[in-house]
Amino acid sequence: MKFTINTLKEEIIMSHNSQAISTFMGSSVLSHSKGEVNPFWIIVKKEIADHIRSWRFGILVIIIGLTCLGSLYVSLQNIADALQKSKVDDAFAFLKLYTVSDGKMPPYFVFLSFLGPLLGISLGFDAINSEYSRGTISRILSQPIPRDFLITAKFTASLIIISMMFLLLSFLVMGIGIISIGIAPTVEEFTRVLLFTIASIVYVSFWLSLSILLSIKFEQASTSALSGISIWLFFTVFYSILVNVVFSIIIPAGRKLSISGIQTKLAILRITPNQLFTDITNVLLSPQVRSLGPLSMEQMEGAIPTPLPVFQSLLLVWPQFVGLIAGTILCFFFSYLLFMRKDVKTLM
Amino acid sequence: MIEILGLSKQYGSQKVVNNLNLNIERGEVFGLLGPNGAGKSTTIRMILGMTEPSSGTVKVNGFLSNMNPIKVKECVGYLPEDVGFYDKMTAFENLMYTAQLNRISKATAKDKVEQLLKLVGLHNERNKKAGTFSKGMKQRLGLADVLIKDPKVIILDEPTLGLDPKGMKEFLDLIKRLSEEKGVTVLFSSHHLHQVQHICSRVGLFINGQLIASGDVDSLSTQLFGDQSARVFAGVRYDNNNEYSNKKEELKRQLLSNPEVSGVQFNDEELIVECKNNMSSYVAKTIVNQHLDLTYLNKKEYGLDEIYDKYFEGGDHHES
Repeated sequence: MKFTINTLKEEIIMSHNSQAISTFMGSSVLSHSKGEVNPFWIIVKKEIADHIRSWRFGILVIIIGLTCLGSLYVSLQNIADALQKSKVDDAFAFLKLYTVSDGKMPPYFVFLSFLGPLLGISLGFDAINSEYSRGTISRILSQPIPRDFLITAKFTASLIIISMMFLLLSFLVMGIGIISIGIAPTVEEFTRVLLFTIASIVYVSFWLSLSILLSIKFEQASTSALSGISIWLFFTVFYSILVNVVFSIIIPAGRKLSISGIQTKLAILRITPNQLFTDITNVLLSPQVRSLGPLSMEQMEGAIPTPLPVFQSLLLVWPQFVGLIAGTILCFFFSYLLFMRKDVKTLM
Repeated sequence: MIEILGLSKQYGSQKVVNNLNLNIERGEVFGLLGPNGAGKSTTIRMILGMTEPSSGTVKVNGFLSNMNPIKVKECVGYLPEDVGFYDKMTAFENLMYTAQLNRISKATAKDKVEQLLKLVGLHNERNKKAGTFSKGMKQRLGLADVLIKDPKVIILDEPTLGLDPKGMKEFLDLIKRLSEEKGVTVLFSSHHLHQVQHICSRVGLFINGQLIASGDVDSLSTQLFGDQSARVFAGVRYDNNNEYSNKKEELKRQLLSNPEVSGVQFNDEELIVECKNNMSSYVAKTIVNQHLDLTYLNKKEYGLDEIYDKYFEGGDHHES
């Protein structure tokens, strides 16, 4: 993980340097005298410190940590039953830790699909507008740093925090799992857990960049937080209800949906990031899932009920993965555009 | 140090700054004066390269502000109107943050911050959260924040706003001392002519986006009011009422014979003489030579008060 952060670091520094070279003829940005840190990382450091010291981050960490440990406890209680019941001779006992539940308490990844957005929103909803309302924006922007440092550094800082937190939780579950059930994860399982963790990071970053966008758009932190939460509510609760209602109106009563109808419906449902995330986690954490859409009898015929290798699973959800990443980048792109064009004058 | 050429800024159809030309020399203390909403802050933001001008150019220390804002920001310290700090960080941490954004290494920055906190008199409060600071303390912290990068130019936007008279005087004296000791160029905006006139080497009067006059305070009044730059009021009396009006006419004639005098007027027993410079002694002598009784003599120059009355109190609408 340190490696990923380091490469990320290098990439960003490099991109900024090359930009700086072209814009400012490589003046002082390249000068690395002793003890001098690129201001970009100074901002990142400060933002991380701010988040970690803040109450709201503490509360969310506690909530997510508790649900994680709670689901782990439930799955540890039920894992023996689940292993007995499963027909496939299970090479994936360890993954059950992440998915098994007793039916009363949902497993960890389901919790994550609706708590994750909250974490993302809480990290980003006042990213820019708080700088305006505190009157720090003009002071910071009058320092010799490119303007985009501020927004990129804020995004990077939150991304680092999210990555740390999810990697930590995943490995914590893994560690406790190894100790309590005595089975070590295989390479395949480890890869799947890692991919699942990366998916959660991408999912939360989508909400993070959406909320940063809102924080630029809305002058009041409360407006931006509320609109973020309402978008989240709409997608988690109302969107699927709405789609179902519309389909029940279009399709006459008593008739079943055709295959193409089902596929259209699924495609429409997959506009929501939650659906994409659920798809990804389902496929990654349950190797026996072979398709996310309807399968015909012909397709099933002759299929051997073996689990998919990790690469095939990844291939199955690759569109969803790309969709989530694209959503994140799109939101960030618009935030970037909006912020670079925003006049410092619009004091709030 | 700062060269502004034909600078204009339009928001929609409204011209906020209109064809501004201004040259500020190294080491000068220049006061940009004008009522609220005159376009002072917009001009300052254009100098810093934070706002794109509609037309015209600004050069600071040889760099074009809109093309090379980073270079400009390296040598310009800017104290915005209503400066804000990160509330949860201490004064010390806030300054360290700014120092490091300016690529000053941690060790150097530490000494520098300590030194500056002493300079602005906040050394005892250095470990207090910036959120607990009063307006005046924040302003002084802001000054330290500006000085951390060893600026060649300091730009202050309404630095006296919201300070009490004592705090304001201390603050202005500090700025003056800095410019004298370190040879820093200072540009500040204000809508309080009286408060700032004594520290400015030059002022510019900025109204409705236009610079209508600039120079030191004395030449400003000549520019704005032409020859009528002073008035002498004198109380004149004579025992004999019959001869009084004749005497008055004679006095008028004599006073007007002097080329420095542009107008004479009687208001009952009060004589009002409009003249270029200080003509009090001449007026007094003339009166006494006419064997009139001089009861009082009063001089009033067309100066700040008149400028203030004419331009500042009328157009007072708030900046958004």
